[in-house]
Amino acid sequence: MTADVSIRNATKVFGAFRALDDVSLDIAAGEFIVLLGPSGCGKTTLLSILGGFVEPTSGTIAIGGRDMTHVSPAKRPTTTMFQDYALFPHMCLRDNVGFGLRMRGMARAERHEKAFSYLDLVGLRASSAKKPHELSGGQRQRVALARALAVDPDVLLLDEPLGALDLKLRRQMQDELKAIQKRVGTTFVHVTHDQEEAMAIADRIVVMNKGRIEDVGTPASIYMRPRSLFSAGFMGEVNFLPAKMRGTAANEAEVETALGRVALPASAFVSGVPAAGRDVTLCIRPEHFRGAGASVPTVSLGRGRITGSAFFGTHHRCHVAADGTVLTAHLPQTDNPEVGTELDLRLKADSIVVLQDGAGV
Amino acid sequence: MRHLATALAALYAGLLYLFIFLPVVVLVLFSFQDGTLPVPPLNGLTLRWYEAVFSDGKLMAALGNSLAVAVVSSAIACLLGFLAAYAFARYTLPASALLRGLIVAPMTVSTLIIGLGLLSVLNLTGLRLSLVTVGIGHVVINLPLCFAIIYASMGGHQVNIERAARDLGARDWQVMLLVTAPMLLPSILAAFFLSVTFSWDEFIVAFLLSRFDVTLPVEIWSMLRSGLDPRTNAIGSVVFLISVAFLIVMELAVFRKTGKSS
Repeated sequence: MTADVSIRNATKVFGAFRALDDVSLDIAAGEFIVLLGPSGCGKTTLLSILGGFVEPTSGTIAIGGRDMTHVSPAKRPTTTMFQDYALFPHMCLRDNVGFGLRMRGMARAERHEKAFSYLDLVGLRASSAKKPHELSGGQRQRVALARALAVDPDVLLLDEPLGALDLKLRRQMQDELKAIQKRVGTTFVHVTHDQEEAMAIADRIVVMNKGRIEDVGTPASIYMRPRSLFSAGFMGEVNFLPAKMRGTAANEAEVETALGRVALPASAFVSGVPAAGRDVTLCIRPEHFRGAGASVPTVSLGRGRITGSAFFGTHHRCHVAADGTVLTAHLPQTDNPEVGTELDLRLKADSIVVLQDGAGV
Repeated sequence: MRHLATALAALYAGLLYLFIFLPVVVLVLFSFQDGTLPVPPLNGLTLRWYEAVFSDGKLMAALGNSLAVAVVSSAIACLLGFLAAYAFARYTLPASALLRGLIVAPMTVSTLIIGLGLLSVLNLTGLRLSLVTVGIGHVVINLPLCFAIIYASMGGHQVNIERAARDLGARDWQVMLLVTAPMLLPSILAAFFLSVTFSWDEFIVAFLLSRFDVTLPVEIWSMLRSGLDPRTNAIGSVVFLISVAFLIVMELAVFRKTGKSS
């Protein structure tokens, strides 16, 4: 089963701390949403409010069109997958997965049948008689997923479920989570602080900071067209170049940076072209300092000198100094950048994003 | 030099164990005394004192009473201790630290004082002295212990597990019965068996709060008043044996469990 979720003006205040500050968000049925942000950004509070473990100070939550703001966790069409899995240590896997069904009064035989089918879904049917402590971290994770899905929730809430796994296993579980989500069609709301994980699994990412939503969109749109400085900085590496608006023309605007004047297409201004004289920030991804062929409109920031370089496998990460500004550039792995050599700081005009200082969504 | 130190340490350890176990060894040994005086010299070995003990209706009745009081009062103390521990561990209560201290405080009060206090209270309520009043007394003595043991084992890591159970639709009593209590079973069993062994050889409260039906320690005491007799040694050995049996059951039940769970 699946349902849409609607969060309206949710605010949560703990003493003097605003954990969640007037957050509104619509989630479509069957969507895989990732709440992304640093610790303390309010993402876990928002998840707890969706699960019913925390009541919002103000605002409303609706799931499938029904108001859920003051409904207890047990009576919500949601289940939560906890970070520490929270499996019942004294029960075998079959009983763990069947627990929610037992609470719903399902007869033993039917319950076991269903538990087995969900253990099958996560590939652990053969271990159904084992206790949680006999399993590896990844396996426990799968049991927690099966247990949460066994009661047919409309919305599954995942609280940093992959945090305790090592990198390789995490990648594997991300793929599995995504595949299972597509199969069952349940709405997934997943909390993480790992931006790569967010990009790997999300249909849409919600970037949060200081209790507010900074940005919402597909992984590509958030990475390529961030709508706030925080969002740009949190999703991967970025160079921020302060600038001042100069003149604006029909489809173009000119900005003055420390590296000279640059003409940018109007589409680079995510939140509209500001008036002349306003302070703005140019966001430039390090990998955009390459591949600017002659066939596309380009922007030049002059030349810079490589002051440091390290090989990262997929690219060389270089520090480039130009007119007192230090930029980070990712150069192709086949290049051989040497410290001291000069680099032409040229990039595609449409790869630059300009944000007004302090701009939010 | 080093050998000497080792030898001295071994000697010291030997003396220490001798000091602890000599009374018990003497008691058990002279329960087999072939003669009427349980004092050296050992005249020979016989089982006739055990036969006398096991065919003594009053002693056997007292033994049964003791077992019943121990098991029932310990079960009640564990239940009450568990509920109190659950409340303190899972809810924010006003003056929580003070209230917790008050529950544990009776442990520091002598059983004589508790017994006398209970005696006056029972007089006020008009409740007749019986095994029930002894049981009540033992619950009062053992509740702080049961509470302390169970409360100590309720950690924050179980909170999410209980939350998960609630999230899956369990009501509060289902969470306690199906999730919390089974998770805490090792410490609940430890509290139960410890409480049983304390109740099993508790004398003062049992003496003050009983009248016609008495527990074994009280019966042994009245036997002692008529002088030393190898029968007292025999029943003492039986008491010791049963205590050891409780402890072994506890070790098996508790430490095998905790050793396995992760």
